[in-house]
Amino acid sequence: MAEFIRFDRITKFFGALCVVENLDLSIAKGEFVSLLGPSGSGKTTLLMMLAGFESPTSGAILVDGSAVNDVPTHRRDMGVVFQSYALFPHMTVGENIAFPLQMRGVARADTAERVRRALDMVQLSALADRRPSQLSGGQQQRVALARALVFEPRVVLMDEPLGALDKQLREQMQLDIRDLHRRLGLTIVFVTHDQSEALTMSDRVAVFNKGRIEQIGTPRQVYDEPGTRFVAEFIGETNLVEGVVEAVEGQEATVRLASGLRIVSAVTGDLAPGGPVHLSIRPERIQLAETPAEQRNCLETEVADSVYQGDHLRVQLQNAVHPLVAKLDRRSREFPPGTKVYAAFSSGDCRIIRP
Amino acid sequence: MSGSPTRTGRSLLLLAPLFAFLVAFFVWPLFSMVSQSVSDTAVLRLLPHSADVLAAWDRLSPPSPAMQAALMEDLRAVDDAQALGDMVRRLNSAQSGFRTLMSKTTTALADTDDPPADLVSIDKRWQKPEFWLAIANALSPLTDRNLLAAVDLGRDAQGAIEHLPPDESVNRVILVRTFWISALVTLACICIGYPYAMIAASLGGWKRDLMLAAVLLPLWTSLLVRTAAWFILLQEQGLINDLLQWLRLTDGPVPLIFNRTGVIIAMTHVLLPFMVLPIYSTLITIPGNLMPAAASLGAHPFRAFLRVLLPLSLRGVASGSLLVFISAIGYYITPALIGGPGDQMISSIIAFYAIGSANWGMAGALGVVLLVATLLLYSVYARLSAEEPGRS
Repeated sequence: MAEFIRFDRITKFFGALCVVENLDLSIAKGEFVSLLGPSGSGKTTLLMMLAGFESPTSGAILVDGSAVNDVPTHRRDMGVVFQSYALFPHMTVGENIAFPLQMRGVARADTAERVRRALDMVQLSALADRRPSQLSGGQQQRVALARALVFEPRVVLMDEPLGALDKQLREQMQLDIRDLHRRLGLTIVFVTHDQSEALTMSDRVAVFNKGRIEQIGTPRQVYDEPGTRFVAEFIGETNLVEGVVEAVEGQEATVRLASGLRIVSAVTGDLAPGGPVHLSIRPERIQLAETPAEQRNCLETEVADSVYQGDHLRVQLQNAVHPLVAKLDRRSREFPPGTKVYAAFSSGDCRIIRP
Repeated sequence: MSGSPTRTGRSLLLLAPLFAFLVAFFVWPLFSMVSQSVSDTAVLRLLPHSADVLAAWDRLSPPSPAMQAALMEDLRAVDDAQALGDMVRRLNSAQSGFRTLMSKTTTALADTDDPPADLVSIDKRWQKPEFWLAIANALSPLTDRNLLAAVDLGRDAQGAIEHLPPDESVNRVILVRTFWISALVTLACICIGYPYAMIAASLGGWKRDLMLAAVLLPLWTSLLVRTAAWFILLQEQGLINDLLQWLRLTDGPVPLIFNRTGVIIAMTHVLLPFMVLPIYSTLITIPGNLMPAAASLGAHPFRAFLRVLLPLSLRGVASGSLLVFISAIGYYITPALIGGPGDQMISSIIAFYAIGSANWGMAGALGVVLLVATLLLYSVYARLSAEEPGRS
C-alpha cells in the first residue's frame, strides 16, 4: 500500500523530558493504525503532533508527500475525536456537526444535507436539535464522531475516544467504528491503552514504550509473535521464563532454564546458541493433564489455585521454580488445588524473545 | 415534632442580627431616601387651617373671605423663620412672585398697630387664583416634583407634565454624561479585562496566581488612595507625562488630568477587578479541549474564538459589565478629584443637593433615579441570563 502519512525521525521534548525519541512510522491510505501503549509512552503526543496541537522538537511529519510541520491545525484537514468528546455545549447536535462545514464555507443547503447524512450514519437523526448535555456519553461520542467525519477529512485521529464509556458500549462502538472504517475507506490513527481495543479494530498496531515503537504489526503479529519482552507482557497475558539457548536445530531451539529444565521452542530467523533469551508462553496454549502428555514440552507441576471466570478457567500453577498461569476452556474439568498435573505445550506455542 | 417550634424560634433568633442589619442599613436608608424624594410637607406643616378651607375651594373662583382669614391665621401663628423660608422657597418655585408677596404679607401681618382686614388689602395679587392654586397644590403631603425635576420635567399651571426651561435642565445632561462615562469605562474594562482573564485562565501555577493577585491587590487598597495615586501619575509633571516625553512620543505634556481621559483611566483601573474576575471564573469552567477541537474542525483561531470561546464566556462578560457599570454610575470621588467641571457625575449633584443646599428631596429623587436605572439593568441581565439555554 502507498505511504500516506510518514513520521520521519520525530523527537519531542517537554522541557528536559524526552517523550518521543527518534521515531519513524509510516501509515498507508485507508489503513487503521492503533498507537498502543501505557500512559506516558508518547502515543498521545505523537497524535497531537499529527493534529498540529504540538510541534516536534525535530523531525518531519509528511502527509501525502508534503511536510505539515508548519501547517496550522485548522488547515491540516484532519478530523479529531477527543476522549472527552469536546462538543460545543452552546450548540445543538446539528450545529455541532455543521460547524466544520460552515468553517469551510459549504453552502447552506449542502450543509443541511451532509449533516443529515452524518446523523444517519451514527443513528442519531432524531436528536439533531438536542444539546450535548442532554445526551448520554455514548450518544455524545457518536456526535463527536459524526462531527469529525462530516467534512471528509484526509485522516481521522482518535485519542482514546472510548475511554469514558462503559464496557458494553465501548465494545459496540469498537465494532461501529471498525465498520465505518471499512465502509468509508477512512485512514484512522487511533490512540488507546486498551490492548483488546487495539486488537479488535486495527489493521496494524504500533506498541509504544518510553517514546519509542517497540513493535508494529498486525494484531496477530504483535500477539503471537511479540518481538520484545515489553510487547509480550503488555499485550495479553503471558508466562515469561528466562533461559539460555543450548542448541538450534532447523526451526527449533532448545532452551535450558535456570532450573535445568529444557524447553523446545519454534524459532524464526537466526539464533546463535549460548545467548540468554526469554520464552513467552501464552496461558491459553497450555494444556493440563494428570498424566504426561505427548507434547514436546511437558512440565510437572502442581495446581496452586483455580478460578472460574465464566468464559474460561484460570489456573495458577506452582512448582519449585516456575510459576505458570494457564487458561483452560470453561468446559475442562477443574483441578482442586494441590493436584499434581503436567503442563504441556508444543514448540510452536513458545516464542523466543531475544534480549 | 414537639421541639420544632422552639427550633424555629432559635433559628430565627440566630438570624435576628442579620435582619436587624438589613433593616438598619438597607431597608431603612432606601425607604427614607424614597420618602424624602416624594414627601412635600413644607407648606402643609405651616398652613393647617388653610388646608382645611382650601379643600372645599373649586380652584377657579377668586379667594373667599374664609380662605383669606384661614391663611392669615396660619401665617400669624408661624414662629419658625427657617420653616417659613422653606415654605416660601417651595411656593416661589411653583409660582414666581411668591417671595416678594410673602415678605410683604408677613410684614403687614406683623404690624399689630394697624392689622389688615384681609389679604387683598395687603396686595392685589392675593385676588389672583394662581397664587392660591400654588398653595393648594403644595398642600398635598406627596409630590412628584422632585422626581420630575430629577429628569428635568415639571408641571405647568394645569398640572400637565412639561419640560423645564433649558436653563433649569442640567440633570438630564449630567445623567446622560454619567451613563456615557460608565459605558466608556465598561467598554475599556472589557477590552483590557477579557484578554487579561484569558491569559490568566490559560496559565497555570504561580503565573496565574501572580496575575490574579495583580488584579486583586488594588481592591485591598482604599479607593481614595488609588485615586490619589492617579492624581500624582496623571499630572502634567507626573510619571506618565515624563515617560511619554522621555520616549519623545509627545513634545509637550498631554493633558491627562482634570478631563474625561483622566476620569476614564482612573475609573477603569479601579473597576477592572470587577470585570476580570467574573470573566476569569467563566473561562476556567470552559473545557480546555474546545478550542483545539474547533481548530481541528477547520476554524481559524479568531473564528474559533468568536464561535466558541466568546459565546461560552458571554455570561461572565455580562456579569462583569453589570458590576462595572452599576459601580461606575455611582462614582463620586474619582470624577471629583481627577475630572474637570465637565466630568462631574450624578453623584456629585446628589452630594451638592444633600450637603451643599440641604435639598433632601432633590437628593433623594436623584438617588431614586439611580436606583431605578440599576434595577432596570439588573432585570435585563436577569432576563438574559435566564434565557440562556442549559449547559452541561
